Amino acid sequence: MSGVSGFEKFLKIDRRWIFLAVGVAVVIPFFFPLGLLVDVTPPVQSLYDAVDVLPPSSQPLLLAIDYAPATLPELEPMALAILRHAFSRDVNVAVMTLHPAGYGLAERAGLQVAEEYDRVYGEDYVYLGFQPGTSAVILSLGVNIRNVFPEDAYGTPLSEFPIMDGIRNYDDIPLLITLAGWSAAEAWVYFAHEPFGQEVGAGVTAVMATDYYPYLNTGQLVGLLGGMRGAAEYEGLVGHPDKGVRGMDSQSIIHMLIIALIVVGNIAYFATRKSKKLAG
Amino acid sequence: MRRGIPLAITFLIGLFMLVDFFVPHYRVSDLAGEMKQWGTIVIAASILLGVGNLIRVHFHKIRRRRDGWQYSITTLLIMAVMFAFGGPWGTIQEGSAFNWMFLNMQVPLQSTMFSLLAFFIASAAYRAFRLRSAESGLLLTAAIIVMLGRVPLGQLLTRALPEQATLPWLTETIMAYPNMAAFRGILMGAALGVMAMGLRVILGIERSYLGGEK
Repeated sequence: MSGVSGFEKFLKIDRRWIFLAVGVAVVIPFFFPLGLLVDVTPPVQSLYDAVDVLPPSSQPLLLAIDYAPATLPELEPMALAILRHAFSRDVNVAVMTLHPAGYGLAERAGLQVAEEYDRVYGEDYVYLGFQPGTSAVILSLGVNIRNVFPEDAYGTPLSEFPIMDGIRNYDDIPLLITLAGWSAAEAWVYFAHEPFGQEVGAGVTAVMATDYYPYLNTGQLVGLLGGMRGAAEYEGLVGHPDKGVRGMDSQSIIHMLIIALIVVGNIAYFATRKSKKLAG
Repeated sequence: MRRGIPLAITFLIGLFMLVDFFVPHYRVSDLAGEMKQWGTIVIAASILLGVGNLIRVHFHKIRRRRDGWQYSITTLLIMAVMFAFGGPWGTIQEGSAFNWMFLNMQVPLQSTMFSLLAFFIASAAYRAFRLRSAESGLLLTAAIIVMLGRVPLGQLLTRALPEQATLPWLTETIMAYPNMAAFRGILMGAALGVMAMGLRVILGIERSYLGGEK
């Protein structure tokens, strides 16, 4: 009987103990890294291959940093890894955002990696900035990029940048990658891939990744990075482990903890239910 | 008349944009391109309208001392501060106070709010994820496989097994087949709904976007 009472107590455990366990599980790997290897999945390998075949110092990769601060921990490592991949191969990059809160984040990511690889602004990369109106912007980019972004984010006309010479619309963009914590990736598929045939790759949060497998299967997305795991895989492929790989240690332990909680919760639930039945 | 003109504009422009999709003539695509540009301009202008509305709503809330009116003061105050710094000194220029506040205040605050999900998910999983039926058993099994297969620690557990028995392989299979099939069905249903709604708007059957009608 005392055992049953113990199970009942276990079911009614103060949630703050669970919060404490989660906090400890997240923090510990930052001090004692597990250094676990992350296997590469086909959707991530496909996106990596799509960037890897882009010609150096030619038409730019368009990177849409469509995330806000809320989803930054999952998506910024992807942005940094993709930029490192592109810059390490001398691939030109044009950065833009469809999210107002992505304005400063896109600039920060571009600047950080450009400095790491000594890329020259205007020659190797350019930051186009933000324009409101998701679908209208995407459709207009297919007509003429200068209709939407006549100037870069700092107010300099695009005609002054060598990287933008001869770049008019999607016909001159070999690959577009969107990193989004909302439905922007779908919008790029609907309004850039379908009407204009633009090659689109995406990076989304882990909870969103399941929604995008249909687009991957039909070839509407050339590749997909899902959550921090996707970022960690890409970092591994680029050979520059960073926040994604570090975060996977915490995520490993948290997933184990949640599974343990589910199992323990079910054992306690069934033990309590059985004892109540026996008691009549 | 007051409703007739907007309905006629919607019908003509909606129809024209449909024609643009199917007729690859340069005169059609040039005009459609121009209209798409108008779209971005109208949406940009609507942001100003949004700011005006935000001020109006919070101002009324403060004046009438409604529940949580103190938060409205904070909202308006912070908005005014960001305007004051962003206007004259720019938003992303090097050394701009706006950018500093965005990166050092808004970014950590929003990231923190989102990260609280991990705590609530763990607590909710413990309390609510019960093996009560065959369906919940299926969900529980799939969830555990995917959760283990998505992390390196889970991969280690089955590394010695043949590939088709490893957790990452099972995870990818669940994502790429049953999950994708279910989502494709949902997407197709949603797409048909969007098409029907688009036609209703173009034909003037759906008028709620005009406002003022129940």
